[in-house]
Amino acid sequence: MINSDSTATLDPREPPSDSHAGGSPGPARRGQSPTRLIYWSVRRELWEHRWLYIVPLIVAAVFLAGVAFRITRVPLARVAGVPAVPAHWTDEVGFDYVSFALMLAYVVLAVIYCLEALHGERRARGILFWKSLPVSDLVTVLAKASVPIVILPLLTFALIVLAHGLMLLIGCAVIMGQGANPSGLWLQASAPSMWLAALYHLITVHALYWAPFYAWLLLVSAWARRAPFLWATVPVIVVLVIERLVLRTSAFANVLLSQLGGGPQALPFPPPHEMPMQAPTLANLEAFLASPSLWIGFAIAAALLLAAARLRRHQGPV
Amino acid sequence: MTVIEAHGLRKRFGATVALDGIDLNLPAGRILGLIGPNGAGKSTALNAILGLIPHEGELRVLGHDPWASRDQLMRDVSFIADAAVLPRWLRVSQALDYVAGVHPRFDRAKAEGMLTRTSIRRESRVRELSKGMVAQLHLALVMAIDARLLVLDEPTLGLDILYRKQFYDALLTDYFDGNRTIVVTTHQVEEIQNVLTDFMFIHRGRIVLGCSMEEFETRYAEVTVHPERLDAARELRPMHERQPFGRSVLLFDRVDRQQLAQLGEVRTPGIADLFVAVIGGSAGGGGAQMNGSPKTTGNRT
Repeated sequence: MINSDSTATLDPREPPSDSHAGGSPGPARRGQSPTRLIYWSVRRELWEHRWLYIVPLIVAAVFLAGVAFRITRVPLARVAGVPAVPAHWTDEVGFDYVSFALMLAYVVLAVIYCLEALHGERRARGILFWKSLPVSDLVTVLAKASVPIVILPLLTFALIVLAHGLMLLIGCAVIMGQGANPSGLWLQASAPSMWLAALYHLITVHALYWAPFYAWLLLVSAWARRAPFLWATVPVIVVLVIERLVLRTSAFANVLLSQLGGGPQALPFPPPHEMPMQAPTLANLEAFLASPSLWIGFAIAAALLLAAARLRRHQGPV
Repeated sequence: MTVIEAHGLRKRFGATVALDGIDLNLPAGRILGLIGPNGAGKSTALNAILGLIPHEGELRVLGHDPWASRDQLMRDVSFIADAAVLPRWLRVSQALDYVAGVHPRFDRAKAEGMLTRTSIRRESRVRELSKGMVAQLHLALVMAIDARLLVLDEPTLGLDILYRKQFYDALLTDYFDGNRTIVVTTHQVEEIQNVLTDFMFIHRGRIVLGCSMEEFETRYAEVTVHPERLDAARELRPMHERQPFGRSVLLFDRVDRQQLAQLGEVRTPGIADLFVAVIGGSAGGGGAQMNGSPKTTGNRT
């Protein structure tokens, strides 16, 4: 089929000496360590999506401003004629609202980010630049997955602690200004257990139990040519509806809801105004780690992320 | 050492055959131009070489299978796939930080040095730069990488002639050292004629001609034939004939120059003229004009 003339051999008249490789293919050059590649890949995500930390900062600032206003309005109690910290001061100024708002921001931003992460780089042709560098598709996808699973929960936790700390300081100043002893406020807030509860909830529910949801959104983001949000939601709704109509069951919906709620071992979410939140115990953690739905969720998340990495290998600009 | 080695490289997109059996053996130290009309398969070939698309047939680039190990390959290969692929939100300083962070062979000082010769500021975002400045930035990043193979796919598309000239000047003076290998595609064939050491014509997914510049200069001759010598000239079987301004310009392959000198004014043709003679001829059904060229590389299956 191919005759000897058909090979376009471009032999130079004088073969150039090859100082790079000593004239042989030579050993493969070493790349950067995976940690370093992940680190820089995560940094580029934060450069590209600055709203990931700007929006939570704005949410925290807005709530702090509102809370500062409320703090000045909470009337002091009088114990034996002496001004004192009111019994439900932390509830009245809204410590739990701040946590709730920041967690809500986290979840909304995580969903938007995941749908955008692998779609945006293709839309803008930038994928050709990223692919011209020695970073594998898997490293890229893992760096992107770490944003909703690691970066956002830690950022949210840091902001909750920061906001609560500032609220306590403002509260102290206001109460002392009114001539009362603020020490009751610190006892009431029991900040460490409140923060521990928030951290536990962020990591177990929003980071780990939700990992397969983020992975699903990333996969759709790697696959869809347009409208990733519709591709991520419509098929799920179709499955839910078909199951309901054909089998008259709602097993899939129950699985999804259980996973979204943090699985069967989730701590009961305290109703508002029952601060402080119940702090987790070691028993909670053991039950959490022993829960099969956590590990099944991890396996699904890993499979979806591997699929997303494979898809990215095939994808060019859209 | 061989930089790119391909045997029967094929690529199909649905029913369209983009690459129809490419055979290529490119040693180190060459600057190869891939020349062909739109849709000829140039970019597809480069994408396969860069591991951006899967392919059929054998392909090794620096000993790697590009599709299986793109990330390892990219330690030794750099590419500019288009004049405008740098992400628009990226700051110049971030681009430097990132490439320095992930690339083991990036010389940041060299890139910074090249940027100081431009008016690009570190804190600018790519979207704030002109198209020419984006190309300068991308070239500065790529030239600071100590790669063995540099692939340029229409790197100067949409740039004005001044930037295009600077681009290739920089490539030759600051980058190419006789050990590296460069593969470039462009539509501005005339501009890179003096840059190349080799070129290839691709048409309909096949290599129709592959030739070194030395060979090109000795093999092909273009003659502005005296009108009274036209019949004699045509007997020497020219590859191509054109009539600019009423004069007859004939292109010959492997005809003795002294013999040609008697017919009229002889000179080395432009690659573009040879391109028209080869591709224009085969597109018009005159493939027979390529007969008698032992180096012709179309696979006649």
